[in-house]
Amino acid sequence: MEKVATRDAYGKALVKLGEQMPQVVVLDADLSKSTKTHDFKKVFPERFINVGIAEQNLLGIAAGMAASGKIAFASTFAVFATGRAFEQIRNSIAYTELNVKIAATHAGLTVGEDGASHQAIVDIAVMRALPNMTVIVPADGTETEKAVFAAATHDGPVYIRLGRAPVPVLFGEDYKFQIGKAVVLRDGKDVSLLACGIMVNEAMKAAEELAREGVSARVINVSTLKPMDKDTIIKAALETRALVTAEEHNIIGGLGSAVAEVIVENAPVPLERVGVRDTFGESGKPEELLEKYGLTVKDIKEAAYKVIKRKKG
Amino acid sequence: MEQISNEKKLQEIARQIRRNIITMLAEAGSGHPGGSLSAVEILTALYFQEMRVDPANPQWPERDRFVLGKGHAAPVLYATLAEKGFFPREELLTLRKINSRLQGHPDMRKVPGVDMSTGSLGQGFSASVGMALAGKMDKKDYRVYLLLGDGEIQEGQVWEGAMAAAHYKLDNLTAFLDHNGLQIDGPVQEVMSPEPVVDKFKAFGWHVEQIDGHSFTQITRALEIAKSIKDKPTMIIAETVKGKGVSFMENEAGWHGTAPKKDQAAQALEELA
Repeated sequence: MEKVATRDAYGKALVKLGEQMPQVVVLDADLSKSTKTHDFKKVFPERFINVGIAEQNLLGIAAGMAASGKIAFASTFAVFATGRAFEQIRNSIAYTELNVKIAATHAGLTVGEDGASHQAIVDIAVMRALPNMTVIVPADGTETEKAVFAAATHDGPVYIRLGRAPVPVLFGEDYKFQIGKAVVLRDGKDVSLLACGIMVNEAMKAAEELAREGVSARVINVSTLKPMDKDTIIKAALETRALVTAEEHNIIGGLGSAVAEVIVENAPVPLERVGVRDTFGESGKPEELLEKYGLTVKDIKEAAYKVIKRKKG
Repeated sequence: MEQISNEKKLQEIARQIRRNIITMLAEAGSGHPGGSLSAVEILTALYFQEMRVDPANPQWPERDRFVLGKGHAAPVLYATLAEKGFFPREELLTLRKINSRLQGHPDMRKVPGVDMSTGSLGQGFSASVGMALAGKMDKKDYRVYLLLGDGEIQEGQVWEGAMAAAHYKLDNLTAFLDHNGLQIDGPVQEVMSPEPVVDKFKAFGWHVEQIDGHSFTQITRALEIAKSIKDKPTMIIAETVKGKGVSFMENEAGWHGTAPKKDQAAQALEELA
């Protein structure tokens, strides 16, 4: 299977976007070669701003440019964008509803060897909690490109979470991405596996194995974490009566929490959450970290069996 | 002769703005008089002499921009905008009240004429840099003005912004430092001295002017110089008096964030009559 890092897809998408929309500007904080905004810089140097190692200024300048009619894509590592510059995002971007698209790369444990200091595991939680913020976690390169274009035409702030490591390309060009719409990738009746980002591929593999073992699992790609596609989630809860969420993020505040909020209010059914279990990561190879912190096909399957057992009736 | 009458006109507007600040703060029962009163001449000169704005068309793309870095001085901005005709003067009495457009700190989505929402110190600096960068990118001739507090520049983001403005040669950006010497906890010098501010901004690549921030002649001259400086942003360090114009408020840190009571407001208005 072809593999592409979502950050690479982002860089390429920016160039296409830049050709179509002259009001698009791109900002980075000395990480353009890692975040891949360098691709845009090479083609449109006059519309690229490097602010140096100054993330608060990065987001603040992006806000000022957006207030002057630009569509500003600002990139750095997710941990710095949403942590160090959180209050700049809150007050200068979310509160003001400005057209800043925060495309943050190197999210999650799969940053790998750089270790816990660089592994964003609460970014979805904090971005999701901000009023006016849209939160997108693309599952592959194709979805990343479509999300970048959708974010550019969406009026208001958007957080796009991207990864460092190459991930399988799951979708073809005909894949339809819409902000706020979850996509059922595989139908099933015994349990629903809801995933985002790199965990979508793991959920698909888990569903295949479960099928061989006689369990019919529905797989849903919840790539928009905010606004949540309540209809698709409620339908899954009512029809399969057991849910599993899987995310490369702390189990507090991310996809698992967001799904729990929806079902508790609308269609209470048992839920098991696969994610980082409220702990910081460490250095290691991406696949070693996913294994150690419980983010594998095996973990999703175990959660599926556990939640099916909890089903009523 | 024309200049003298113009200065008289500006002084008259400044006096009215001060009266509005006192009245609205007394009505609100909370807010920030000290740092509002110290910046009256600066905002008056900007809005009534310098800036290209159209109250009937607040979002005019060609307009000059103003960013109130020290967002807590919202009363001086609101009073100036109302005086300029961006919204009715009577609305000033709704300051800080429920359902009002006039929030405790400026909200660009609510108030016509407010170019950037501020209140968290240091953030306005970066926004003004972004506006100036966008203007350069689009080859527009609008200018961007920023007002900073001298306590505000203790924020690290200010220096990130200062570095970037010089790096990108933003000669369309002019900042004022409202150098009134006081912050909430006391004299800026004692709390955390940012001095020497002239040397610091020079070292960060800015052209620096030092003026009496209550003199229209000096403000005007500094603004003219700022427009003539090429490839550098200009920092106008304005020596001001916190609480200027109200005897019992002048140079008193306690009036940073305390509204006058009715009798105190009456006395202040008498002094500003």
